[in-house]
Amino acid sequence: MSYIPNTPEDQQAMLETLDFSSFEDLLAPVPEDLRLRRPLNLPPALAELDLKRLMNGVAAKNKNLDTVISFLGAGTYDHAVPSVVPHLQRRSEFVTSYTPYQPEVSQGMLQAIYEFQTMVCQVSGLDIANASLYDGATALVEAVLLAVGPGGRGEVVISTGVDPQYRRVLHTYAHARGFSIKEVPARNGVTSSEDLDAAVSATTSAVVIQQPNFFGCIEDMRAIEPVAHKGKAVFIVNITEPASLGVLAPPAEYGADIAVGELMSFGNTMSYGGPALGFMAARSKYMRLMPGRLVGQTVEEGGNKQTGYVLTLQTREQHIRRERATSNICTNQALLAVGATIYLAALGKHGFRELGELCLQKAHYAFRQITALPGFKAKFSSSFFDEFVITAPVSTQRLQHHFEQAGIIGGYALSDSYPGMPNDMLFCVTETRTKEEIDYLVDVLKEVQA
Amino acid sequence: MSVEKLIFEKGAPGRRAATLAAMDVPTASLESMIPEDMLRKEPAPLPEVSEIEVVRHYTHLSQRNFGVDTGFYPLGSCTMKYNPKLNEDMAVLPGFARIHPLQPDSTVQGAIQLFYELEQYLAEIAGMARVTLQPSAGAHGELTGLMLIKAYHESNGQGHRNLVLIPDNAHGTNPASATLADYKSVEIKTDPGTGGIDMDHLKAVLDSNAANVAAIMMTNPNTLGLFDRKVLEIATAVHEAGGQLYYDGANANAVLGITRPGDMGFDVVHFNLHKTCSTPHGGGGPGAGPIGVKEHLVPFLPGPLPAKGDNGYYWADQGSQSIGKVRANKGNFGVLVRAYTYIRTYGPDGLLHVAQSAILNANYLKHELASDYEIAYPLICQHEFVATAERQKEEYGVTALDIAKRILDFGMYAPTIYFPLIVHEALMIEPTETETRETLDYFVSVMRQIAEEARTNPEIVKTAPHTTPVGRLDQALAARQPNLRWTTGQEETH
Repeated sequence: MSYIPNTPEDQQAMLETLDFSSFEDLLAPVPEDLRLRRPLNLPPALAELDLKRLMNGVAAKNKNLDTVISFLGAGTYDHAVPSVVPHLQRRSEFVTSYTPYQPEVSQGMLQAIYEFQTMVCQVSGLDIANASLYDGATALVEAVLLAVGPGGRGEVVISTGVDPQYRRVLHTYAHARGFSIKEVPARNGVTSSEDLDAAVSATTSAVVIQQPNFFGCIEDMRAIEPVAHKGKAVFIVNITEPASLGVLAPPAEYGADIAVGELMSFGNTMSYGGPALGFMAARSKYMRLMPGRLVGQTVEEGGNKQTGYVLTLQTREQHIRRERATSNICTNQALLAVGATIYLAALGKHGFRELGELCLQKAHYAFRQITALPGFKAKFSSSFFDEFVITAPVSTQRLQHHFEQAGIIGGYALSDSYPGMPNDMLFCVTETRTKEEIDYLVDVLKEVQA
Repeated sequence: MSVEKLIFEKGAPGRRAATLAAMDVPTASLESMIPEDMLRKEPAPLPEVSEIEVVRHYTHLSQRNFGVDTGFYPLGSCTMKYNPKLNEDMAVLPGFARIHPLQPDSTVQGAIQLFYELEQYLAEIAGMARVTLQPSAGAHGELTGLMLIKAYHESNGQGHRNLVLIPDNAHGTNPASATLADYKSVEIKTDPGTGGIDMDHLKAVLDSNAANVAAIMMTNPNTLGLFDRKVLEIATAVHEAGGQLYYDGANANAVLGITRPGDMGFDVVHFNLHKTCSTPHGGGGPGAGPIGVKEHLVPFLPGPLPAKGDNGYYWADQGSQSIGKVRANKGNFGVLVRAYTYIRTYGPDGLLHVAQSAILNANYLKHELASDYEIAYPLICQHEFVATAERQKEEYGVTALDIAKRILDFGMYAPTIYFPLIVHEALMIEPTETETRETLDYFVSVMRQIAEEARTNPEIVKTAPHTTPVGRLDQALAARQPNLRWTTGQEETH
């Protein structure tokens, strides 16, 4: 199968126009000793029907969330996507366009991103937002780089309540860029302002806290904020479960300077964790330091003055600043941003709040049922949104075995990221779980004997 | 010319589109579950619109957007080829789209298999020992590659090497990535005769800085669309100085099955799967930027990497020399499914034909445009070439920007303009292999008409576009008085 429209006859005629006789003439610039004079060692071409059959077979080897009950969250959340979202998001004018360099014929994408930036501001309470970033982890890195500044070497203070994958990514960048990181333990599931106070100094460039944190616990941001701000540090709030903002105070309200996180679960497919949708919102004083694309509203040149949208403040970006750029990002996750925008428009003001309430209530119902079982205890006493940690009477390895037998996917084994938590499992319950499914989980756990 | 109101200016209080799940559990009061000072007081002021309003609004926005499915998109360096519908269908199969990144390996055998096999395909195409699919985009791959080079030098006691050599025609991401890896960029001049690297300048830089050169970053064919014949000589010189060679795969569409970065002497290569493997650009993302490396860099790759054992596929941790993770989870899997489907569609002979056809289409356009436009380097090009509007600017005051805008009036997208920076009034044209001869001929006829207009009626070009939803927009105003979001009451201020 091929998507090359020109036939050999077309191509021969074109070659003759160029006074060439074969493709080989066009490859004259490639020295002979660099030519690969053998076919690539790849499987042979397949016809569409055969390829579909093959791909369906590979896909069928995965247990997917349409057919299996899952209580996994831990940074990636299953929120239902209304049919209206993919139908509009996958319109090919959006899908097959590129970065809107020619705004006159790209108003659709530009306006959608402007609406996305606005919605990110509306849910975070902050002043401005960019057009999106690769994922939550790299969005966090970009926020930290902004705080550290070019050539900066100030220390970054981060709570261990921040998603362990995000912290791993931050460490990778910190090593390359040359700044240091101090981790503050989230004892008892939350970051204490005393621990934070001991870690933050005059040379701290950023303080990073996740809300709700990786254990699902709600951090006491009213107590944390004054400590984060006692020096000159930028207070960065990381949000991996954005549905929480339906019921939780927005970051701007408790003094965040920058909010970053992950919006993939809003209107997009989970796709084994990527492509994802990092976001960044900030106080307006950071406007000219923001990484990534920004869309702005303007008017036509000349007399007409009709409203239109353009990529703006591009002098911040790599293609203008080159080695003086503070970020090397040149794409955003535009198509996923379109998905999130349509999703939030479809839910609207009341649906977004309802989403938060559904997750909150269902998770708390599950928590009450599980902690009523003998041997199963709440690990932490803090309040939570839609995730919570349970200490089981057996190892999480044994728990996983029970879940496998029962044909469900349980929670996240915290021992994978936190030493000393062999029996602790992080359960997530979103609006997609029914009471019946939660009760089934409880029945499965009931059979677990110490 | 028309306006589409913002979604925030539509609808009415109480309207909504989506209905969510039923509240089927016993409920508790919000205050009993969340501390009062952490509760949201007012709902986020999102739109209140019905489903039909959502559908019409975003349908209208899509109609105000130009994609490859709309028409010819000769945006140089971006490889805007056709995005097969089959690949889209495969990516949204529930077995691929509805899996969680932290599911046990035993429940995602198909996903890990796809990673495992795609890595091998890309390693073969690139002539490299091993590939990681983790980086999210080309620029992300660049940074990851430089981190690997840095880790490699540090492991050899060469951590002091702090210079990255970058040709003056390179993409802006190259020097920006170098800066993020805490490297200093040194610009290498282009040989005005060949369009390749100026060997004398390169050797002079190497002679005076040999002990500090960490790497050179190259694109081959380069951003002028020219294959640098001296690449082996460059590789030898840089390696002798102790540096590594980084291959920016932005232009890999031109080399598929013809030659391989690994055989040219490169140590690291990144692919832009959204270019070479035809995954859709999505209005500016998502992309995917896998990197391939030679054997000596494998221990430094980000992990985990897919492996195959007696009990099937699994994720193997990388050792202690790994640079660590560069993003959460394993990579842009949805994009990788499309790239995998693409490679399986074409097979080895098909991919070679892709590159040959892309090169033919570019040379055909270059040949046909040469009568009306200056060609920056009138040599055999590869997948793209750079024409210029220098003649039109000098004689009639018509710029590359004007010509780009005028092309829009004919139902086509514009070439990349003013890049590479070393060519004045650049029009960088990349037709790709998926365009018919008739489309190329139509583009040529339009370009000739515009050249004629520049002579006889330059105003029509200077004031273009005339047929698009909006005319030229005030970029200066957008930057001077940034308006990056809608706020309540904004409609009255306009």
